[in-house]
Amino acid sequence: MQQTLLSLRNVSKQFDGKTVLDALDLDIRDGEFLTLLGPSGCGKTTLLRLLGGFEHPDSGTLTLSGQDITDLPPEQRPLNTVFQQYALFPHMTVFDNVAYGLKMEKRPRDEIRQRVTEALALVQLEDFAGRKPHQLSGGQQQRVAIARAVVKRPKLLLLDEPLSALDYKLRRTMQIELKRLQRELGITFVFVTHDQEEALSMSDRVVVLKDGRVQHLGTPREIYERPANLFTARFVGETNFFPGRLTEVTDTSITVAIFGLSRTLRRPTFPVTVGQEVHVLLRPEDIRVLEPSDDHGFVGHVIERNYKGSTLDSLIRLENGLEILASEFFDEDDPTFDYRLGEPVRVSWVDGWEWLLPEERDEAEVLNDDINAEAPASDA
Amino acid sequence: MHNSHRQPFRTAVLVLVWGWLLVLVLAPNLLVVGTSVLTRDPLSFLSLPLTLENYARLIDPLYLEVFLHSLYMAAVTTVCCLVIGYPFAWALSRLSKRQQTLLIFLLIVPFWTNSLVRTYALKLLLATNGLINNGLLAIGLIDEPLTLLYTELAVIIGLVYLLLPFMILPLYSVFEDLRDELLLASHDLGAGRWPTFIHVVVPLTLPGVLAGVLLVLLPAMGLFFVADILGGSRNLLVGNVIKSQFLDARDWPFGAAASVLLTAAMALLLFAHRLSRRRLGEEAEV
Repeated sequence: MQQTLLSLRNVSKQFDGKTVLDALDLDIRDGEFLTLLGPSGCGKTTLLRLLGGFEHPDSGTLTLSGQDITDLPPEQRPLNTVFQQYALFPHMTVFDNVAYGLKMEKRPRDEIRQRVTEALALVQLEDFAGRKPHQLSGGQQQRVAIARAVVKRPKLLLLDEPLSALDYKLRRTMQIELKRLQRELGITFVFVTHDQEEALSMSDRVVVLKDGRVQHLGTPREIYERPANLFTARFVGETNFFPGRLTEVTDTSITVAIFGLSRTLRRPTFPVTVGQEVHVLLRPEDIRVLEPSDDHGFVGHVIERNYKGSTLDSLIRLENGLEILASEFFDEDDPTFDYRLGEPVRVSWVDGWEWLLPEERDEAEVLNDDINAEAPASDA
Repeated sequence: MHNSHRQPFRTAVLVLVWGWLLVLVLAPNLLVVGTSVLTRDPLSFLSLPLTLENYARLIDPLYLEVFLHSLYMAAVTTVCCLVIGYPFAWALSRLSKRQQTLLIFLLIVPFWTNSLVRTYALKLLLATNGLINNGLLAIGLIDEPLTLLYTELAVIIGLVYLLLPFMILPLYSVFEDLRDELLLASHDLGAGRWPTFIHVVVPLTLPGVLAGVLLVLLPAMGLFFVADILGGSRNLLVGNVIKSQFLDARDWPFGAAASVLLTAAMALLLFAHRLSRRRLGEEAEV
């Protein structure tokens, strides 16, 4: 499980002088569900195309189970791709689409028939073998594309935003389906998405990419609760940022002045000195909204409230203008719990629920810090 | 809702299109079919009784030979156009949009000159002391002029020259629709270049091939002036037979029967083309 299946070392790629991947290092573990997450243009699709063999890196190497595959064309790589638009062959039936890869391997007819039938059963499309792709719905085409890729029993399955063309409900179903498939087949999945929710719910590990560089690599929980930098924190989920300045540093704790209030917090892993600017990050669900009469927290008033079914999301404007998003679960004792717009409140949080990040000066320096901070985490 | 606003315009367009088709397509073709079952009359060109004798005469060895030779030249022309046009159209579809527009423009420019004029120009090039022979003599590649004009080769060169754009354009359109992802998917599934070409590219471009063949093969059999100007008396096309029946022999029914034969062949190819389209399903339909 923890064995490395595929490693990228120092991989760079430029298009028309624009750097898309910048000296990227990445180890993909055998059997894991790894998600490449990032905004459009972050290099995630290019990275996937490099793995598939559709692009050649300008520099760097790709090693699959000890074999250098950098110069191997796609047809010789033991991995398969599920394309974004499915790319089913329109002139072939579902059966022939799925059988294509096995026919290319010149497998015996009986074996092809059996394996195709199995693959179609896996995606619950046994009864559609004789149909043409255009006679199928989007979700069914998606399943055929998956069956076509897994029938070859690849070591690695690459999925390029495979769910982006589906509607919300179907996407949910397919997410669960894909997880099930991955478990049953034991194939390593490399999944590309720009949907952070999808990334968190499906993956064993997530790679957050921006400008061709790894911003953070970790489990969904690490990415969400302990983001390595401001970009990851902003990109994954909603975050409240409180600017703070260190007023005191001890071996185990620091004291931070935030909007004139002073709080003593756990000392972060990055180096700290007195006078340094830091960001105190709090997820909306970690915010505590208190009575205005309470003696601590920041004074503010509710400017927006959103009923979300299981939670009540409110936007609170502090006295200094900063807007804070708070997400509170409904209390069983108080089912009618709600705020008036303009209602005065105080905002605070439970000690230890915050996450601290240093002020970011320069992209390059930050990245170095991140890698240093990241090293112990990935061994965990 | 907005349909009612456009009703007058809609009606006008429909009347125009249907009128055009009835008067200029359906009526003349019916006249030709009608003529083909009448009897030749020296005074009024046509007379009763109705007869199928004109069709029977078509299988006369003399005409059969002309037909087969004509079919042979047209087939060679088609193959040449396909061999040149297929890679050309493929390459064209991979170029940038700007380059594509320019090349298609260049492809269409010759249409601005009458094809008869262009055929005469070709005659000047191919003549015994024409540009090609003089050029080859000048650089010493040949010692005496080649006989290019009034040969089968000259007719085929002329036909390929005139008809090549009709092969390239439908092929270009299917290559434009051929998504890159399908080729990538094929490679991804373990197919190299050649298997991908055979199993993916060829089947998906087949409708374009058939459309091109349709637009080249039958016109090639009918372009009588190419055979007249470049082919001499021995390399006749079906078009020449039809023309001479109408204008020289004044045998309208027989000429009409030959026309109907050509049209029927066209209909057959169109049918084959439709079938191949349907095989690809709606997705490939243009």
